[in-house]
Amino acid sequence: MKNDSIRLQPALPGEEAAYNKTVSRKKFLSALGIGSLSLAAIVSCNKDDDGMGSTVPPGSIDLGKGDTGILNYAYALEQLEAAFYTKVAQSPYSGITAAETALLTDIRDHEVAHREFFKKALGTAAIPALNVNFSGIDFSKRDSVLATAKAFEDLGVSAYNGAGALIADKNYLLLAGKIVSVEARHAAYIRDLISNGSFADNTIIDASGMDQAKAPADVLMIAQSFLTSKLWGGNLPKS
Amino acid sequence: MNLYQLFSNMEKIDPDIYGRIDSRRKAIRNFAGIGGRLALAAVPLALGGLLNKAYSQSAPADITGVLQYALTLEYLEAEFYTKAVASGIIPAGAPTSALTTIRDHENQHVAFLTAVIKQLGATPVSKPTFDFTAGGHFATVFTNYDVLLAVAQTFEDTGVRAYKGQAGVLMSNNTVLTAALNIHSVEARHASHIRQMRRARTNDATIKPWITGKNPGGITDDAVQKSYNGEELTTQAGIDLTGFVSASAASESFDEPLTYDQVIAIVQPFIKQ
Repeated sequence: MKNDSIRLQPALPGEEAAYNKTVSRKKFLSALGIGSLSLAAIVSCNKDDDGMGSTVPPGSIDLGKGDTGILNYAYALEQLEAAFYTKVAQSPYSGITAAETALLTDIRDHEVAHREFFKKALGTAAIPALNVNFSGIDFSKRDSVLATAKAFEDLGVSAYNGAGALIADKNYLLLAGKIVSVEARHAAYIRDLISNGSFADNTIIDASGMDQAKAPADVLMIAQSFLTSKLWGGNLPKS
Repeated sequence: MNLYQLFSNMEKIDPDIYGRIDSRRKAIRNFAGIGGRLALAAVPLALGGLLNKAYSQSAPADITGVLQYALTLEYLEAEFYTKAVASGIIPAGAPTSALTTIRDHENQHVAFLTAVIKQLGATPVSKPTFDFTAGGHFATVFTNYDVLLAVAQTFEDTGVRAYKGQAGVLMSNNTVLTAALNIHSVEARHASHIRQMRRARTNDATIKPWITGKNPGGITDDAVQKSYNGEELTTQAGIDLTGFVSASAASESFDEPLTYDQVIAIVQPFIKQ
């Protein structure tokens, strides 16, 4: 099959994009004064920690294992999004238009529906309500709110896309599929609010016309910076 | 130094930093691996009824069948946007740019699915001959910009629902499932944008980036309505969402799948054969 894989490569131009991303990441890191080696060391160190087994770090919330773990993982992300849009609706940014108010309120309601759905579906297996940390967001400024919204929506899409393969039950997979396309609709709308036409631009979609899929560990690392509660995904399925 | 803060800051500056480190190269290796195992199973399928495989009488029950079905839908979208962009009726600037972006994605999906089907040892179905007027039903599809956008929206919303309907069949192959999910969410981004284009043209605030109830968004047409029927659910897995949000929001917050048969009934009028 080796020959086949070589033959296929030119047909899958995504690889070039992945290469370019790696290059820009290196450039970026060197600009920061952090060698890529030291980042690799940090990342691999982290991985080792995750691999140590099912010991939950003190003070952390264990998302759990199997499909329950994945549902709690989704529940955590939906809690974060719902809390964010609830705050946006409570303290609208300066200069918000009527259309933006209406559609951002819609998004809040969608995220609340997702949050409550997971809470109810998980029952006693649900993680507790999470405490958020939005100190880095200026809710009075359109730019700050929309940049955060964009990060959350793109992250949510990539999280669900990455979680699909980790789900064992067909019905849960379908439910995740029903939600992820709504998150993608949000993502496109928010991106267009920031810059019309950026709904699926090449900062998020690769050269094969595909969205991103992120592993829970990568998603949690980003989500964690908006939470004071500490999440732990060490028991989540890996494949 | 707070590690989480460090990553958070990096994310803010370069949102793609966590992007697919798992490169396409690895995906190809995965395909190559399964290709060996699946090739034998796929051969009878490749020989038997290749031509009608894409829209045969029965729903695809295996991975290759789903990919052939997806390829047919992507052919439809790719040719539609190619003709749309070439029609001369799309306003210059943002509209042409957006439809060009979407056209390019659909062509990339065709190329990707074609490559994967080959990798799995099957022969990709050939592109059908399309009639985007659907037998004259949308006679002005390439001369009336609003009709064009209405058809585009229907294709995108149908595409989202079609991929969703096949996720279960793809579960046995994580690489293919993830690829399909990554295409599925792009179709949803397209749908969102086309809906915004239609909203901007009509000033109709009921046209939203998401689907409310089973409302096609200002398109009154029995053919189009089929793409939205079933979207009105407000209960998911036995949980009534109207206990938390309005019925509109409850229906908007989950997109619903379409079965193979439902999708075929929607796209058949666009296929000349």
